[in-house]
Amino acid sequence: MFDLATIWFVLIGVALLAYAILDGFDLGVGILFPLGRNEEERDRMMNSVAPVWDGNETWLILGGGGLFAAFPLAYSLVLTALYAPVIGMLLALILRGVAFEFRFRTQRAKKYWDWAFIGGSTATAFFQGVMVGALVQGIRIEERVYAGGWFDWLSPFSVLCGVALVTGYALLGASWLVIKLDGDLQERMRELQESLGLGTILAIVLISFGTMFVNETIRDRWFGREAIMPLWLIPFATALLALAFNRAIRARRTVTPFLLALGLFATAFMGLAGSLFPYLVPPGITYREAANPDNSLAFMLVGAVILLPLILGYTAYAYWIFRGKVQAGEGYH
Amino acid sequence: MMDALVLARIQFAFTVSFHIFFPAFTIGLASYLAVLEGLWLATKRDVFLQLYRYWLIVFAVAFAMGVVSGIVMSYQFGTNWGPFAEQTGPVLGPLLAYEVLTAFFLEAGFLGVMLFGLDRVGPKLHFAATLLVAFGTLLSAFWILSANSWMHTPAAFHFEDGRYIPDSWMGVIFNPSFPYRFTHMVLAAYLTTAFVVGATGAWHLLKDKASQPARVMFGMAVLMAVIVAPTQLIVGDLHGLNTKEHQPAKIAAMEGHFESRAGAPLILFGIPDVDEAETKYRIEIPKLASLILEHDLDAEVTGLNAFPRSDWPNVPIVFWSFRIMVGIGVAMILFGLAGTVQFFRKRLFDEAWFHRWGVVMGPLGFVAILAGWFVTEVGRQPYAIYGLIRTENAVSPIGTPGVAGSLLGFIAVYTIIFGAGSFYLIRLMRRAPEIGLEKPTEKGPLRTTGVMPGPALEKGPHPH
Repeated sequence: MFDLATIWFVLIGVALLAYAILDGFDLGVGILFPLGRNEEERDRMMNSVAPVWDGNETWLILGGGGLFAAFPLAYSLVLTALYAPVIGMLLALILRGVAFEFRFRTQRAKKYWDWAFIGGSTATAFFQGVMVGALVQGIRIEERVYAGGWFDWLSPFSVLCGVALVTGYALLGASWLVIKLDGDLQERMRELQESLGLGTILAIVLISFGTMFVNETIRDRWFGREAIMPLWLIPFATALLALAFNRAIRARRTVTPFLLALGLFATAFMGLAGSLFPYLVPPGITYREAANPDNSLAFMLVGAVILLPLILGYTAYAYWIFRGKVQAGEGYH
Repeated sequence: MMDALVLARIQFAFTVSFHIFFPAFTIGLASYLAVLEGLWLATKRDVFLQLYRYWLIVFAVAFAMGVVSGIVMSYQFGTNWGPFAEQTGPVLGPLLAYEVLTAFFLEAGFLGVMLFGLDRVGPKLHFAATLLVAFGTLLSAFWILSANSWMHTPAAFHFEDGRYIPDSWMGVIFNPSFPYRFTHMVLAAYLTTAFVVGATGAWHLLKDKASQPARVMFGMAVLMAVIVAPTQLIVGDLHGLNTKEHQPAKIAAMEGHFESRAGAPLILFGIPDVDEAETKYRIEIPKLASLILEHDLDAEVTGLNAFPRSDWPNVPIVFWSFRIMVGIGVAMILFGLAGTVQFFRKRLFDEAWFHRWGVVMGPLGFVAILAGWFVTEVGRQPYAIYGLIRTENAVSPIGTPGVAGSLLGFIAVYTIIFGAGSFYLIRLMRRAPEIGLEKPTEKGPLRTTGVMPGPALEKGPHPH
């Protein structure tokens, strides 16, 4: 059961989930950036993530690079099929990434880099959602080669997933800012949490139903004769988390809503993984078919087993160093 | 009409050429920052801390541009070069994964501490963060150069079920050209950075000969040029010998030799004419190519005609890029020699003509790196993996409009960020190194790159 391919399937899943919740909140800060009413507020919002965003984004490179390293067939098929949203995401990530530096290097053009940060963050989130949606719909493959067209990824369902991820990341961003800020700006983020939380939960429900229409295999897995009962724990856990989230924001908690929002992401992700397993490129290619030879997987596993705990350790240390509220004018600029 | 293959190649060349500037610059700068902070901790001289803070901001801007353009590279194998990714995944995938695991996380994790953390962690831990970032940049170069070298000199693999399967990881990582390529690249990064630092120092010396930080920058850069530029010549020569052994067609194109002959001359300049298979209008030194390549005046040197025409790289590009790279290398060595003379005349900080020369040399390292990259990568053609996978068989089954559209997108976005980024970088380096720096007091809080109190921001080191 736990052969090397399975271990890597799980590891890459973990890397992608780590990416979604870590870069999720800093992308969310970018999405919410227009709500900063003046330069000082926007500076504080940006500086709440400036020391850690780069590390967060590295999980995306691990997800993509890991896919290449462990499942090159899937990497090549998925990226070819999702060509347009991938390029869109990369261009958006570029604009957003340089905005962190450039906006402090100029007074005159600062507002343009504000928009690069907002637009780049929002578009990144949207395209990532679209990619998830397109993957769930399935990718047309013949003889191990992509056989679809340019715009196969575009559908009402994938667009819904794009909007959903923008909403979800915004929720994480708002919850993060409640922790890192104080005063009026924090208060406004608290108010946003409620509607964004509602929006996120609504999106999870809509996508769950939508999935049943776009992918028969997944429908059978949940409702068919071969339904896997433990999967039903996931929507149950989601409902509990949603209720707890609602209570936590009503009680004006600071840290708890952020953790619960992360929990919602984790359950949604597990629902997705449980629906797709063992397919890496639905409907046709399983992770085993796409896997590299054991030789390569074993070589990488040695490194991952030694290095991942180390990475988690110093990442946690970096977060610890930058704990506490962001003060006005903080930064090295 | 251009097809998807040509467009995909242009896209790769464009994105990688843009990207390579930034890692090269940040590899050099990270090490330079570590040296500066180490010198500050050892000597407690303010000038080193001032310089650290000065270059840290430049580093941050360059690093951000390197990160964002690097993410593009990590996804491009899948979008444009799917069959290549699938066939070489078992070999190249793990090398790139190790780069992420060992280098990227390390750099990203401690960059935040390096930029924002001096007040929070204190100088010793901060120095450790600087060292780790510098180490991370070198590790990153290690893995990338290993993967790249394997594409030039594939080793320790067998072919099975349409894939290249590694037999020995030591053999894959330390493939025949890796040690030369890695050393050559790291030295190139150090030299390039040294000349940027030197040009900045020279620029400020031209304005104020007494400026202590400018003197330190210029002096350190000249010292680097004196030591590293000649070393690079030797490493480059060894790298060339290695290439001759494994990629003889590339060497023939670099030399502009179409015919194999004994006692081959070194062609300094000429115009390679591929149709007539002859380098015209040659200025040459008799027998020197044989001496350099074979260490024997009368040895035979292989020409391009020894290979089928379909296996020739683009000769003019390789030939000219090589001359540009070597020409700049020679200029760097001469600059180092002139610097040595100035030093012993005790005029290093006083000769304006020498400083103007230093300013002109500033950007040339980047030109040399790009030219060298062209020599080696264009010289590898028509193969993606030398001798094994032809580039035309490596491209994804994608249509022209998509590749054209994405290429236009990259050109547009890169033009914006490269334009703005270069503008900001030059503006940062043009500001005098002393302005707005408060001197750290003995026991008071360190106000370096870390947290600054609100009021200090008004008069603080803001390069806005």
